[in-house]
Amino acid sequence: MSNFLNASIGRKVFMSLTGLFLISFLLIHLTLNLFLIFDDSGNLFNQAAHFMATNPIIKIMEPILALGFIIHIIWSGWITLENMKARPIGYASGDQLLKWWEPAKNMFILGGMIAIFLVLHILQFWVKMKITGDPLLNEPLNMPLEAGVEMHNAYALVAGLFKNSVLYDIVYIIGGIFVGLHITHGFWSAFQTIGFNNNNWMKRLKCLANLIGIVFAIGFSAIPLYFLIKF
Amino acid sequence: MADIILKKIYVKVWRQNSPKAKGRFETYEVINVSQGTSFLEMIDILNDELILAGKDPIAFDHDCREGICGMCSLYVNGHAHGPDTVVTTCQLHMRRFTEGQTITIEPWRVGAFPVIKDLMVDRTAFEKIQQAGGFVSVNTGGVPDGNVIPIFQDDAEEAMDAAACIGCGACAATCKNSSAMLFVAAKVSQFAKLPQGQVEAKKRAKAMVAKMDELGFGGCTNTGACELACPKSISIAHISRLNREYLKAKLAD
Repeated sequence: MSNFLNASIGRKVFMSLTGLFLISFLLIHLTLNLFLIFDDSGNLFNQAAHFMATNPIIKIMEPILALGFIIHIIWSGWITLENMKARPIGYASGDQLLKWWEPAKNMFILGGMIAIFLVLHILQFWVKMKITGDPLLNEPLNMPLEAGVEMHNAYALVAGLFKNSVLYDIVYIIGGIFVGLHITHGFWSAFQTIGFNNNNWMKRLKCLANLIGIVFAIGFSAIPLYFLIKF
Repeated sequence: MADIILKKIYVKVWRQNSPKAKGRFETYEVINVSQGTSFLEMIDILNDELILAGKDPIAFDHDCREGICGMCSLYVNGHAHGPDTVVTTCQLHMRRFTEGQTITIEPWRVGAFPVIKDLMVDRTAFEKIQQAGGFVSVNTGGVPDGNVIPIFQDDAEEAMDAAACIGCGACAATCKNSSAMLFVAAKVSQFAKLPQGQVEAKKRAKAMVAKMDELGFGGCTNTGACELACPKSISIAHISRLNREYLKAKLAD
């Protein structure tokens, strides 16, 4: 087993499986976030946020998700360092085969940018919702609550940021686009690594990867863009 | 079509006297080169001039000069085997270049392929990977009669596509990680699709991947650059098969 963990293919299996797990998380994340732009009263989003905060399965998944992120990030750094060691002297004429912007060549850079974005994102929302609290969270809700139920106004916090800061709108739009680009390579690549690919599936998986990447990029950027334009 | 003569071109070549010596680029002028000349003939012409001038000729690997032996290498203007696709350097011609152009020629830059001299690299690492498991050692009997071994035409074709690998090293040379995965995948695939290769399939995949890692090649990040650089157009779908074979073997442990 230890030599599997150290083997080049073994290491990549971790990247692949955590990557697919993170994509499935992002799909849920995006679906819930889109409630932000389909209900300006904020009730839909607040209910979704309340469900996510109280559901026992989600509570179990939260640390697993954190672990998924940590493994994906640490392993990527390890793999990239090892791969750089394999070419001690580079080419003077560079690489003219793949274009400089292709996600396949920039997964580590894109991933690094997303990691920086992730820290900011967690500080702005998760930390405030779960640990420090924020006055915006206690703003009155637009809907009646059942007795004994406490609900934060998560919408006020999120929409408040997007309504008031053009800078963060732009940061979140770029973050969304980077996540999309990362996935256009990551999705099919994950299947390639676990051996689920051949000449027929190559086209299908790449097509699906581009589709998912575009949906994520447009979906995530649409939210700050909506607040930027409307408010 | 009349032959076009390139009156002057500049060739910027990596010169390195020995494996341990410090290398440097040197630029040479080559005059009156016909566009019908092959790329390696152009270096022959340059070398003749260097010898006449009492200088050390440029060392480079070459043998069959018809794209089947896998001996020629060279990283030309940012492309393994030059700017043409699906050819080896020996099949590249000067018609791909223009008057006054500077052509940069570098050896394969792969840690596991140390430079021997100038543009020659030591590709023993590929031999070692092959020796680790790229063979069939069980007794498969004599040459069978036609159609005795039932095998789909598609499978036979795919095995042949993988077997087209000439082991030139362009995949590792062009990969940003210097990964040998396409080479290993081709060598594993050519057996994995055939019944004769099944007996040792598990042992083969594990041994060849372990040897590849041990020799210091990088890991595959699925950029697909290798299949674009490959003079035999070997598909990265074979890499997925290698991953599958390897993981299957590991799961059975």
